[in-house]
Amino acid sequence: MADLKCNTAGIISPNPFWLASAPPTNTGDQIMRAFDAGWGGAVWKTLGEPIVNVWSRYGSVDINGVKMMGLNNIELITDRPLDVNLKEIYEVKKRYPNHAVIVSLMVESKREAWHEIVKKAEDAGGDGLELNFGCPHGMSERGMGGAVGQVPEYIEQITGWVKEVATVPVLVKLTPNIADIRYAARAAKAGGGDGVSLINTINSIIGLDLDTLAPNPPVNGLGSHGGFCGPAVKPIALNMVSQIGTDPETLGLPISGIGGVSTWRDAAEFIALGSSSVQVCTAVMHYGFRIIEDLVDGLSNYLDEKGMTMDELRGASLPKIRDWKELDLNYKVNARIDQEKCIGCGLCYTACEDGAHQAIFSRRREDGRTFVEVKPDACVGCNLCSLVCPVDGCIDMVEIPTGFDPCSWEQYQSGEGKLAPRPAGH
Amino acid sequence: MSDQPSALATNFADYKPLMDRNAALVEANRCLNCFDAPCIRACPTAIDIPGFIKKIATDNLKGSARKILEANILGASCARVCPTQELCEGACVLHDLHEEPIQIGRLQRYATDRVVLEKKPLFAAAPKNGKRVALVGAGPASLGCAAELAQLGYETVCFEKQAQPGGLNTYGIADYKMDYATALAEIEWVQQMGVEIRCNTEVGKDVSVESLMNDFDAVFLGIGLDGVGPLGIPGEDLDGVRDCLEFIAELKVRPKEEVSLVGKTVVVLGGGNTAIDATTQSARLGAERVYMAYRRDAAAMGAYKHEQELAKKDGAVFVYNAQPVGIEGANGKVTGVKFVKTAVVNGRLEYVDGSEYVLDCDVVLRATGQGKLTGLIAMFDGVETDSKGRVKSAEDGQTTNPKIWTGGDCVSGGKEVVNAVAEGKRAAQSIHAKLGAN
Repeated sequence: MADLKCNTAGIISPNPFWLASAPPTNTGDQIMRAFDAGWGGAVWKTLGEPIVNVWSRYGSVDINGVKMMGLNNIELITDRPLDVNLKEIYEVKKRYPNHAVIVSLMVESKREAWHEIVKKAEDAGGDGLELNFGCPHGMSERGMGGAVGQVPEYIEQITGWVKEVATVPVLVKLTPNIADIRYAARAAKAGGGDGVSLINTINSIIGLDLDTLAPNPPVNGLGSHGGFCGPAVKPIALNMVSQIGTDPETLGLPISGIGGVSTWRDAAEFIALGSSSVQVCTAVMHYGFRIIEDLVDGLSNYLDEKGMTMDELRGASLPKIRDWKELDLNYKVNARIDQEKCIGCGLCYTACEDGAHQAIFSRRREDGRTFVEVKPDACVGCNLCSLVCPVDGCIDMVEIPTGFDPCSWEQYQSGEGKLAPRPAGH
Repeated sequence: MSDQPSALATNFADYKPLMDRNAALVEANRCLNCFDAPCIRACPTAIDIPGFIKKIATDNLKGSARKILEANILGASCARVCPTQELCEGACVLHDLHEEPIQIGRLQRYATDRVVLEKKPLFAAAPKNGKRVALVGAGPASLGCAAELAQLGYETVCFEKQAQPGGLNTYGIADYKMDYATALAEIEWVQQMGVEIRCNTEVGKDVSVESLMNDFDAVFLGIGLDGVGPLGIPGEDLDGVRDCLEFIAELKVRPKEEVSLVGKTVVVLGGGNTAIDATTQSARLGAERVYMAYRRDAAAMGAYKHEQELAKKDGAVFVYNAQPVGIEGANGKVTGVKFVKTAVVNGRLEYVDGSEYVLDCDVVLRATGQGKLTGLIAMFDGVETDSKGRVKSAEDGQTTNPKIWTGGDCVSGGKEVVNAVAEGKRAAQSIHAKLGAN
């Protein structure tokens, strides 16, 4: 069994799976049950000046009959008294000294307020701090959360205040509601942050109730934009994590990856793009703490099969992520349909004919079934047919040697490289 | 009286119940939405099946119902009674993936029930074109024909000898597939588009063939078939021996307790789908034993495989190679059926000498095939029949009398509701092609 022990900016946890700061980490009781189930760490639901929540708080996107592909919330930070939370943090740390308890913080943008909350969180025994500069709803209207995270200067300044007194590692949680995440990450580093965690939720209106025409979730007939998370946001999160890992100015900055992590595969992707730990929320809200069993088991089996350690996996994909202009224009693939496996649904034909490059031929066979075949001269190797095909391994993208040396757009533009012939009209 | 269904009534609960929204969405989204979908081609009414299913997936139930019902006006019935395993669902490409096919019948019910059973108008009669068409019978073929004609501007009148319209769709469907009230509710919905139905009106008795031929511009024969006649063996007049269609019709309209078979032994004679319905329903009425006796072997049995499985699940015992030769009785009541074993010798079914045996029973149900309404057909001048007594017609339903069209069981000899609706609709289009231009 692979060793999953994990160090995120100096915060040690028995495995890389942390509960994100959210409803699953609202109380000490929940966190202790999660640790018993096998979670490596937990980011306590954000502490601050106690707030009052609305009653109707979550809305979801169901896709093709599958529930909660995306979740949105208009819940604010903890609504429990600060001293209760601090007492519970102390209690949890006493009983689970080897698990990571990270305390998420959000107070008004005043140096004294931050100094005070940081000291309290450390006194309670937190192994690390996470500065919530991301929450896009409610708190941002009060000049906190996302309102800070959208201005790199504020990020740097407040991180600096925290680092003046903090003795434990400080992670800065970044908002994706920004044009370029790299500026926010650079600011966090410049302010002395020991690492970043991302992404926080994406600003969203999850949908409307077409009967009442009010947004979801409805609060007495009205609604507000909320924070979007869950499986649907993972690709956005992966890109932002990779941007920080490939930016020369933030290279090596420890990352706790967040955004739609539901399975060990998702976690492996975040780690391969440079995350040390990953944080999970929506999947737990959907299925409970018990999902940790397969997260740990699956990641461990994967590492064993690859013969890799956690350290070797971390960032392993980053060298393979390049600008488009560096990709090889002479690398050619064509779709190949395995007629033995084809069930004759014709989805590839429809998709290629209407949605791509008219490179699939279709006819009705004598037995009434649909027969499809790729027209090699027209196929641009776009992958669409293989993406829509419902049959495993029926459509493969096969490499076709062009006999030409690799040639990128940059090389082509500079006259260094020569292009292989393309399908007519392309 | 309690509102709780009785134990026997519970046995007749829908065997393909209405899906709830989430189940329907999951199922609808399983549909691949095939190009040139084979399910459409397997449907006698060529419903755009992937089209209506994708509308379910978007909660566009009105649009979904319209797609179904414009192709098949009895789409709500067919959702329940079609042998989908043999038709659309049997053609689903998911079989090739060794997955369950899409539950097309249940999705069709999900889409159509709230339109049809709640009698929401979806199609209107066109302005009258002054032409009148008489339809003999008000079963699926006539309803398919009349609904189409009404939408084309024709005045349509169906003459039905029974107390209620619908033919076998009302009186002949196993109750766990569709109940009496549902069949009638659907017909009321069809009538909203201007189809007139005169019940208790037998052509040739209550209304003359001449008046039909004189008062209408065209006539459609949707007369179906006769009952299941006697086998011509001794003892058929004993109390307890009956036509299975009568039995099936009776339990449509009477409380199940009144027709209970608790403690009885039933022998059903026949090997077709109607024999299955008689068998399963006997079992569900509490019969202690139900035998389905067929004169040939299992491989030759005409009933669909899935129907045979259902009867076996209900506890029926299948007796093969059993030719009934006499019905035994005491005090005027049936006590058993005497069979002789059969065997195929040189391609011919022959009796095995000395192999007679008796199955003791209290009820015998004849399901050995319906007769033809030869007398009624003969009243229509120029309408010819084939050697089996079926009405002869062209591809478009026109008979050998150019003013008379036909469709349904009287032509096919006995097929599904969906076939009858399709044939009725096709005849309507032919009638319109011939009369509409004038």
